[in-house]
Amino acid sequence: MTENTMLEENLELQERFPETVSRDERDGYNGYIVDKEKLVEFAKTLRDDYGFDYLSSVTGVDYLPENQMEVVYHAYRSTGGAALVFKVQVVRDNPIIPSLVSEYPGADFQEREAWDLLGIKFEGHPNLKRILMWEGYQGHPLRKDWEEPYYEEEGKPFKNRWPGGEVYRIEDNNPYSKNVRYPDGFDPETWTPVGEAAVYAGLGKVEQPVSEVALSTDQLVVNLGPQHPSTHGVFRMVVRLDGEMIVALEPVMGYLHRNHEKIGERNTFIMNMPFTDRLDYLSSLSNNFGYALAVESLMGIKPPERTEYIRVMMAELTRISNHVWAIGFLLNDLGAFFTPMLYAVEERELILDIFEAVTGSRMMCNYFRFGGVARDLPDGILERIHELVFERLPRKVDELDSFLTQNEIIRNRCEGVGVLTPEAAIAYSAAGPVLRASGVPYDIRRADPYSIYDRFEFDVAVRYHGDIYDRYLIRLDEIRESIRILQQVLRDIPEGPIQEGKPQYQVRVPAGEAYGRVEGPKGELGYYIVSNGKPNPWRYHVRAPSFINITVLEEMCIGSKIADVVAVLGSIDIVLGETDR
Amino acid sequence: MYGRGLLKGLAVTLKRFVGTYLDDIRWLGKNRYYSEQGIAYRSSAKTSGIFTIQYPEEKLITPEEFRFIPFLLYEEDENGEKQDRCTSCGICAKVCPPQCIWIVRTNDPETGRPIPEPEEFFIDVDICMNCGLCAEYCPFDAIKMDHNYELAVYERHDWNIYNKERLSRPVSYYASIRPNNYEKEETARAEAEAAKAARLAARKEKAKS
Repeated sequence: MTENTMLEENLELQERFPETVSRDERDGYNGYIVDKEKLVEFAKTLRDDYGFDYLSSVTGVDYLPENQMEVVYHAYRSTGGAALVFKVQVVRDNPIIPSLVSEYPGADFQEREAWDLLGIKFEGHPNLKRILMWEGYQGHPLRKDWEEPYYEEEGKPFKNRWPGGEVYRIEDNNPYSKNVRYPDGFDPETWTPVGEAAVYAGLGKVEQPVSEVALSTDQLVVNLGPQHPSTHGVFRMVVRLDGEMIVALEPVMGYLHRNHEKIGERNTFIMNMPFTDRLDYLSSLSNNFGYALAVESLMGIKPPERTEYIRVMMAELTRISNHVWAIGFLLNDLGAFFTPMLYAVEERELILDIFEAVTGSRMMCNYFRFGGVARDLPDGILERIHELVFERLPRKVDELDSFLTQNEIIRNRCEGVGVLTPEAAIAYSAAGPVLRASGVPYDIRRADPYSIYDRFEFDVAVRYHGDIYDRYLIRLDEIRESIRILQQVLRDIPEGPIQEGKPQYQVRVPAGEAYGRVEGPKGELGYYIVSNGKPNPWRYHVRAPSFINITVLEEMCIGSKIADVVAVLGSIDIVLGETDR
Repeated sequence: MYGRGLLKGLAVTLKRFVGTYLDDIRWLGKNRYYSEQGIAYRSSAKTSGIFTIQYPEEKLITPEEFRFIPFLLYEEDENGEKQDRCTSCGICAKVCPPQCIWIVRTNDPETGRPIPEPEEFFIDVDICMNCGLCAEYCPFDAIKMDHNYELAVYERHDWNIYNKERLSRPVSYYASIRPNNYEKEETARAEAEAAKAARLAARKEKAKS
């Protein structure tokens, strides 16, 4: 239940930090406001004295009318429980905030993102540069006064569509006209990109080993991607090699960046629902789920009983389809070209058929609504799901298991490779199967139950070696647990209405903030939403598990061979639609 | 024994390979391919053997809820007179996430008042994201999602902004692609009308007495 994401217990933080920490008193807001001078100390205290060792999300918010920039931190205990929210506020021009990377390495990419998109500088960040946009890009596109190409209006719906009905093709509006501002002294004709140097600079200084043997060696920088069949999309890794060993690795991303969050802030609340499908396009129903929870907690409504069951059913089917895909593609990455992949995808296909029959689309499902779902289940679909869940899927998972698990080639390639220790997994804010394969039994469905997950009997899958092999095994385990949940859903699903109140195309969302999080197939998927009571959200932020999980990629890869990098990446299971947003 | 896992895996492949032929033999004379029941079987949970569909000779069975590109509905009476269901209220244009719907409202030439019928209605299908929100929130059941997904054209600039003429389909077409939904809506409409008539009758009764 999303209401529970706020911590109830009194931590007496104000007593420990008099005058520098205060409660956030704004209407509809929660948590603490911390003085920026005390931020690092505060974070340290939270982590060491109160056990908030998992910094889940770092969100920048631009409060233009108040002339303020705010950074919102959501911290958890890795043993479970609700979030502790703390915020830092600075004046909007030239905002500088101390970096938390030294305390929580998982803040690394997220702080870079906040710098890139909002222009918030993080003092003490080891590698503060753009992450989604390219180096040399002008401006910070998530700022409220920034206008994108093809800019029309502050928020949808646009006024010229009705009743005037002005027809034009969006591309006929030249993006390089009045919306583009060049900085002083900039001439696009003579400009050459400088970004590449910055990418390579991130790999650190080359420490040449003093050559004692006769052969002198040199380190080598290799670009893996962006066009590479095994990178699951346009993802690039720049690696520094010593022989075949990885010395340093830097992920370069943003090739699929479309400023999802800016689009989300132009959209009305309901319009964002189909856009969330396009984040992690392999598991759109989980994305819907998180967003619906966030907005529902702002609106203070709860869906009816039947809907809760439908939602859980859809989310668990999504998890299965995502995990079989992940396993299939991991095997592709390992070189088992397409046979295991297609065996796995066959099951996914049957699940997609169900999605198509229920939601109307195989992948872009757009099925959840605030306080309900779009439509009731069609006749006969429960029987089909029943057949899948009770007969086919358990059999097919066992088949996949006996097909792959004991295979010596797979074991040689995967065991002991890309090891992630539990301490590092928590520190780097890894989530989902990556975290649990490292021996941290943290699953939001259990740690901070939402919807009706507290009613079902299932185990949190956990594995202890933290290598690729365990990340493969944990996905098999999770499929089995999902099947268990689905069997209980099918047993218990009640009849009844599917929508709380009347379906509305313009919902009233009271002012305030909300953070809705679900255990998506790839990890914690969170939506941080700020509403100011208007039809469009003021801030719409996605805590994307694919994005944050690759913070730890370098840590996993250093010391392995270059051929293992692709397998390590495959075992994290990223989707670039979500990474780049 | 080293290599046992490999052999076990290969046994699974072999089993599936043989299964392909066994299934074909089982279906001998029953049209496993190029027939509706064959396709239905191959996309059911019982399937084994060859799983793929030979598009375009074969096509997957489209479920009723499948949605692709909206269309407008019109009623047709016995004389062939067409009446748009759309009243150009503009809700679809307001709810459309990529804002690909444009509507020109008809105004009465004399009074200048809006008439509940669109003069023109455009959808840029290049931009449409097939989310179905327009159909979902239309209060008059005037815009619905189509089933036709084969929309490749040679020239999108000339062809892909659909106007009212190209968007319009008769209600009978809608009833043919979504029979269950159509039936539900018709019953709801009949009920609403009956309730309205009852209300009116009651009011008349009241006025009389």
